[in-house]
Amino acid sequence: MSRKLRNVATSSITVVGAGIFGLWQALVLARAGHRIHLIDKSEKPFTASASRWAGAMIAPDCEAEGAPTVVRDWGREGLDHWRATYPGLIVNGTLVVAAARDQSELTRFENMTQRAERKDAQALADLEPDLAGRFNAALYYAHEAHMGAGAALAWLRDAVYAAGAQVSFGANFDPKPDGLIIDCRGMGAKDDLPKLRGVRGERIIVATNDMRLSRPVRLLHPRQPIYVVPQGDGRFVIGATVIEREDAEPMTVKSALDLMSTAYALHPAFAEASIIDMGAGVRPAFPDNIPRILIAQDGRTLRVNGAYRHGFLLAPVLAHAVADYLKTGARHAAFADE
Amino acid sequence: MNVRDAAIHDTSQLSLYGQAIPSRILLGTAGYPSPAILSDALRASGVGIVTVSLRREMAGEKTGANFLKLISALGVRVLPNTAGCRTVREAVTTAHMAREVFATDWIKLEVIANDDTLQPDVFGLVEAADILTKDGFKVFPYTTEDLSVAERLQRVGCQVIMPWGAPIGTGRGLVNPAALKSLRAYFPDVTLIIDAGIGTPSHAAQAMELGFDAVLLNTAVAKAADPARMAAAFSAAVTAGRLGYEAGLMLPRDMAVPSTPVAGTPFFDID
Repeated sequence: MSRKLRNVATSSITVVGAGIFGLWQALVLARAGHRIHLIDKSEKPFTASASRWAGAMIAPDCEAEGAPTVVRDWGREGLDHWRATYPGLIVNGTLVVAAARDQSELTRFENMTQRAERKDAQALADLEPDLAGRFNAALYYAHEAHMGAGAALAWLRDAVYAAGAQVSFGANFDPKPDGLIIDCRGMGAKDDLPKLRGVRGERIIVATNDMRLSRPVRLLHPRQPIYVVPQGDGRFVIGATVIEREDAEPMTVKSALDLMSTAYALHPAFAEASIIDMGAGVRPAFPDNIPRILIAQDGRTLRVNGAYRHGFLLAPVLAHAVADYLKTGARHAAFADE
Repeated sequence: MNVRDAAIHDTSQLSLYGQAIPSRILLGTAGYPSPAILSDALRASGVGIVTVSLRREMAGEKTGANFLKLISALGVRVLPNTAGCRTVREAVTTAHMAREVFATDWIKLEVIANDDTLQPDVFGLVEAADILTKDGFKVFPYTTEDLSVAERLQRVGCQVIMPWGAPIGTGRGLVNPAALKSLRAYFPDVTLIIDAGIGTPSHAAQAMELGFDAVLLNTAVAKAADPARMAAAFSAAVTAGRLGYEAGLMLPRDMAVPSTPVAGTPFFDID
């Protein structure tokens, strides 16, 4: 028997955690007419959130290479929600390339995904002039999108304010407020979610005016595939490692070498780029790496967690799933019992 | 009689350092889409041993505790490895850390000479195997197909030797089967495991037909479109190859030999 919410007012809702999940929950519910209080323990917004480390690609089909199909299917819905909501979204597609000796990686990627268009060297040069002559083949996922993570988080926060919600940074979750609680604390909820684990990810931000990209580019590699996401202003996010460790200690030399030398292989202009920021975050994940919505034993808390690598991709889907549940009782497939 | 006879269908049991092991496949744990899928793959293949990289995946006690918990919950034996170690000292230190973290004296010893090919540094390997064996470890050294290196490894106390089929992650199969054959012939009583390079179930079957005791693989399963089914495929291939080896494979002949005598066959030329 699936758990249900019990005797809890849903007119007034506290959303705990202002990462990508919490912001989307607060926004969708506030716009749906609920009275929302969004709280986060950090004084300074987003500093403790895994979301600030995100590549912020909305790439449901590319992600299907290493994720269950449900992530792809929900992700396609996520893309629709972002398109309908966020004016800063850039829908320029994703490019996937591989070095000549790693062409089997490109074929594998193509086989594992849908909606790819194969591009030859000329078509690649037309899309990204700075990559001209560097790769003989590419996969192009024209419908996919990206954004700057920091700008998107700030926009969402402002949109939550504008929707009439109360927002408190530097606020504690204790004592528990009255009414429904939506727990979006990510790794902060680890003690309440025994199956949650942390997966370390490292990324670098560099700046160079010597090259331009109009869209995220993924460079496949048998050991360390990378993505490079243009952020505007000549900035690029280079990410990301996936390591089964739960510490957010500073980036290791090995990871920095892997990421930077692969970026350099994508384009030599990265050799002269300035390093703006580098570091590590910890992604919250369930054993199947699929996020879920859980109704806690107290009957008045919903836990939305387990973003893994797909927080930006899936946050709007989970937010709408919760809003629909509160409105009609319909349980989206993301609702799970444990 | 269509009754399945266990004695015919089951291979002899693998034993590693005196421990009976239920399967002749050892599986790496890196690169799966999720721990849940890794767990499905282990169940599908009946694998009894998994290797875990201590150095990268879980450096020390502070980290990766939950991933380790997930692995422990699968009820398989963990063979920690020293993947990524470039020097004897690094490998020995990592092995000692692994012994504490995983509470086992088994160690898959890797000392890597070249970052591009991940070729074993066989000189460092022998040195580290010597040190670790004297420290009480049961060493599983990852080596090349070189006979003289295998001899040294055995001399310093390794009861298991793990030659590569091809460089790690390439999926090229057994690139030097002649050398692997002579290794098998030269060390009839040493446990030999093909470690690395296995790309397809037929590669694994070939290794077993050559008389190797087990195969260790990772990428071919982890990166398959359906890892659990691929694990099942490898399991079937390893059983088939081993049964074939134990049943005594026929040797190739130069002359065609009809299964049924043709001399005197009636209707020989009738359309």
